[in-house]
Amino acid sequence: MQPANELTCKELVELVTDYLEGALSEADRRRFEAHIAGCSGCRNYLGQMQQTISTLGKLAEEHIDPVAKEDLLSIFRNWRG
Amino acid sequence: MTDLQQDAGRSDQAEQATGEEEMRLIAALRAGDESAFARLLDRYHNALVRLALVYVDDRAVAEEVAQETWLGVLQGLGRFEGRSSLKTWIFRILMNTARTRGVREARTIAFSALAVAGDDMDEPAVDPDRFLPPDHSNWPGHWAAAPSSWSQTPEQLLLSVETRAHIDSAIAALPPNQAEVMTLRDIDGWTSEEVCNVLGITETNQRVLLHRARSKVRQALEQYLSEK
Repeated sequence: MQPANELTCKELVELVTDYLEGALSEADRRRFEAHIAGCSGCRNYLGQMQQTISTLGKLAEEHIDPVAKEDLLSIFRNWRG
Repeated sequence: MTDLQQDAGRSDQAEQATGEEEMRLIAALRAGDESAFARLLDRYHNALVRLALVYVDDRAVAEEVAQETWLGVLQGLGRFEGRSSLKTWIFRILMNTARTRGVREARTIAFSALAVAGDDMDEPAVDPDRFLPPDHSNWPGHWAAAPSSWSQTPEQLLLSVETRAHIDSAIAALPPNQAEVMTLRDIDGWTSEEVCNVLGITETNQRVLLHRARSKVRQALEQYLSEK
């Protein structure tokens, strides 16, 4: 039987962003981490979220396309006069 | 001053003013220094295009929106007072330009400033069917089908062209207010304060939007990877 102040997995997944943002209250953070420690499903879910975020972070193309850059520099020269 | 520049010029008390390096850049731009403009382009152009794509479907149109933004920046330089950061100012011009263009292209816009946390229908992060029912005798609310670990997923699979295409589709399917938050936070690495400043939303609202966006993209990734 689930103690009243423990999180269910269904509740936990709604708190993941708050947890990662450091926005949970101290009590909720402890509840969250206690659940994670004992639940491999939620551990995997948290890991999937973290990997999703880190993959998104690698999506940004580093360098501006040189042709686009040249077009924009022409705009600058026209503006500058 | 055009409306675009006027909106972008409003100051926020809590906002960080333009830093020293940015003030030097602006001075150089005003003096006609092309290398200063090139530096700004390197720094922000791709992110401008990426954000524009939240509002307009077409990459070519997004490039036009970014170009219009740079013109707006140059034309507004003389009036920029540095009360907001240069980055915030530039991206606000982009937001106004993109939204206006998006409306003209008859695309549905969800203005972030009007979006209130929880005004959408309840969007659970995970399909409720993945959990045992609340009246289950032993494990109410527990995973019925637990997610698998991705720790063994090779990085090259996650970063492959195909996976990226799936992620891009998932982002394109998001409501604009969710897509813009996730794009700025997770792809461009902005702080939550910077995002809130540019989008004109509260911290809490931003978190809700981020949560919904990330949940959907995670789900799309999970679906895709489970078929591999």
